[in-house]
Amino acid sequence: MLDGEPLVRWHWLGDHLGYLADLTADHAVIALVPVLLALLLAVPLGLACARFPRLYQPLAAVFNVVYALPSLAVFVVLIPYTGLATRQTVMVPLTCYALAVLLPTAVDGLRAVPEPVRQAATAMGYGPWRRLAAVELPASVPYLIGGLRVAAVSSISLAAVGALVGRGGLGYLFVDGFQRTFPTPILAGIVLVALLALATDLLLVAARRVLAPWERGAAR
Amino acid sequence: MNWLGWLHDFFADPAHRSGPDSIVHRLLEHLAFSAEALGLSALVALPLGLLIGYSGRGLFLVTAVAGVARALPTLGLVTLAVLLAGVGDTAVLLPLTALAAPPMLVAAAEGVRGTDPDVRDAARGIGLTHPQTLLRVCVPAAAPTLLAGVRTASVQVIATATVAAYVGLGGLGRYVIDGLATRDYPTTVGGALLVVLLAVGVQLLFALLIRLAAPPGTRPGPRTRARRTGGAAPLTPTDPANPPALVKDAP
Amino acid sequence: MTPRPVRTALAVALLLAGAAACSSSGGSDPLAAKSPAPAPPASSSAGGGAGRTVVVGSANFPENVLLASIYSQALQAKGVKVEEKFNIGSREVLYGQLQSGALTVLPEYNGALLGYLDAKSTATGEDAVNAELKAKLPAGLAILDSAAAEDKDSLTVTQETADRLGVKSIADLAGKAQDLVVGGPPEFKSRREQQFKDVYGLTFKEWKPTGDTTANALKDGGIQVGNVFTTDPKTVQLKLVALDDPKNVFSSQNVTPLVNTAGLDATGTAALNAVSAKLDTAGLTALMKRVAVDKEDPSAVAKSWLKGAGLS
Repeated sequence: MLDGEPLVRWHWLGDHLGYLADLTADHAVIALVPVLLALLLAVPLGLACARFPRLYQPLAAVFNVVYALPSLAVFVVLIPYTGLATRQTVMVPLTCYALAVLLPTAVDGLRAVPEPVRQAATAMGYGPWRRLAAVELPASVPYLIGGLRVAAVSSISLAAVGALVGRGGLGYLFVDGFQRTFPTPILAGIVLVALLALATDLLLVAARRVLAPWERGAAR
Repeated sequence: MNWLGWLHDFFADPAHRSGPDSIVHRLLEHLAFSAEALGLSALVALPLGLLIGYSGRGLFLVTAVAGVARALPTLGLVTLAVLLAGVGDTAVLLPLTALAAPPMLVAAAEGVRGTDPDVRDAARGIGLTHPQTLLRVCVPAAAPTLLAGVRTASVQVIATATVAAYVGLGGLGRYVIDGLATRDYPTTVGGALLVVLLAVGVQLLFALLIRLAAPPGTRPGPRTRARRTGGAAPLTPTDPANPPALVKDAP
Repeated sequence: MTPRPVRTALAVALLLAGAAACSSSGGSDPLAAKSPAPAPPASSSAGGGAGRTVVVGSANFPENVLLASIYSQALQAKGVKVEEKFNIGSREVLYGQLQSGALTVLPEYNGALLGYLDAKSTATGEDAVNAELKAKLPAGLAILDSAAAEDKDSLTVTQETADRLGVKSIADLAGKAQDLVVGGPPEFKSRREQQFKDVYGLTFKEWKPTGDTTANALKDGGIQVGNVFTTDPKTVQLKLVALDDPKNVFSSQNVTPLVNTAGLDATGTAALNAVSAKLDTAGLTALMKRVAVDKEDPSAVAKSWLKGAGLS
């Protein structure tokens, strides 16, 4: 099938280091900015859900459906609104997917404070806002970071599909390699996507150690 | 022309009623890919996961490998497989199998490991052998977790199988990709809707299975909020130590 | 444990579908021009027409990326500011983007473009196709000069066969075709058998569906005549010769810039016409071999061609 084309042309990799670095940086922006946006949305939404439990079920159901949408179809439907081959076309759906993962973790995290602790904080004269900032948000950090790990890895993997609508960071390597029967860029793309995901994951684990030192040893 | 009009066009198109481009045919193709990949994956991942969970050995390694596997982009795997193996079912089957394995493996391992040690000791005490303990005691107890893993894998595979169309195979992805290529909106939107309905339908099916599989003692009463018994809630509640095994990697 | 959330999810899915149906944007095809067009990118210099960034797009196959690369660099060599949006979709998608102004320049093939605008058109020769295209393109869009380079269907033979039979064009096959086996994609026979009989009076010995292996089958001798695309790199690798088609059985497919006239000034137009003046089929095929077989970057191949053509 490869018609004599070698699996890896090593010199191609050497000649394209700058190109690969550019694509990786582009990929990181397309994949991770949506995760951060989703985090910013998930905390207030999670708070609302923790306060008004009736809100949670329908919201979870909506995001559950959003999550099942095939991303390519969503990209296509968005093109008229966000433009062909623009970052937004890929980033808007990725934000929704990340939010679908982060919302339940935010809700769980905010609910995780044991009732006696909450009451103790109140007894110490903490108002609702201070209690939120000093007790509930810190307690939810391990949950949120757990959710972020899942959201980030899947967002990085998904962003590549954007290449089919002209903007997919490292995903371009898959399309280009496929069109030219050229496995070298495809392999490079797979490895770089996986490395980007691993690096992000390690960063998040490190962040948890810093932000939630009491969790050390308790969790992986 | 609006969304409703597109959906009407999509479902009314005679080409979508019968023949190779019919909805039924595409749906069956889609289900066939997905089922083959899931079956193959289950055949490898479930026994391995059960053994690892029961012995407690290699759990760390499995979690690490599963983490890396989740980071692999399906589009890359599928294009590479087609270049290496040629256009055909195998080319799509392997990446989809690789996609389905990690959640099943982790769910099987953690489900079995999570069985009450006292119960296990008791089983050994009444003279059951290790294989008997695993199959008769641990597996039933782990069934809900295990099924939740299979459900996650199924939804992922069904959503991702759309990518098969990019490299020239059938399934519901044909509608999405062909619709994009020919600027035929009804087809893209109709195809997307079918994928979503299929995914949600499969979730429903598993919710039912998980409910049936739960050991009677742990089955929640009608009014209790059983948030933590692991399973049917669409986005499984999380535990900081165990982020949800739900990973989207679909076109 | 309750399946309720899932049931709710199903309900939501149906609701969303319904809501989506009702909240129709009112417009027709959202990929068409009238939807809110993406802002022309990087309008840094607000100097109007002359200073605007020209957006060069390309369809999703390597030859089109190469051609777009050539256009882009030719424009840049003349001081035009360019943004590249390559490999982004099919003609159907790109055409709407060109109409809306989100793209300015697109490498097209005149016969295929005419087929897209008017499926019933019967024009096949280059001049006839271009004349009809100019009449059928909507206001705001225009084609510039066509290049001699064509990527089209052809009847192709090996150099050895061409020498042995002394044939240069399809017409030369008269009196020889009955001894020759012809191959091509599966639909080739049903589409073309009658045409060859009517137009050139040719009846081949046998039609073989050789699909993607047509070029190799020519080399192996399994067929003597094959339907190969004129810019297929295999014509270079396997030393194949495309026979001339004086009576235009195959519609001409000259590489032709399709532009949104509002976005391109005289300098840009001249730059693209200069490319068309120099680009021929043999040249393009050689470039395609470098891209598809030697795996050189399209942009690097474009650069070296422009340099050789004195356009850089």
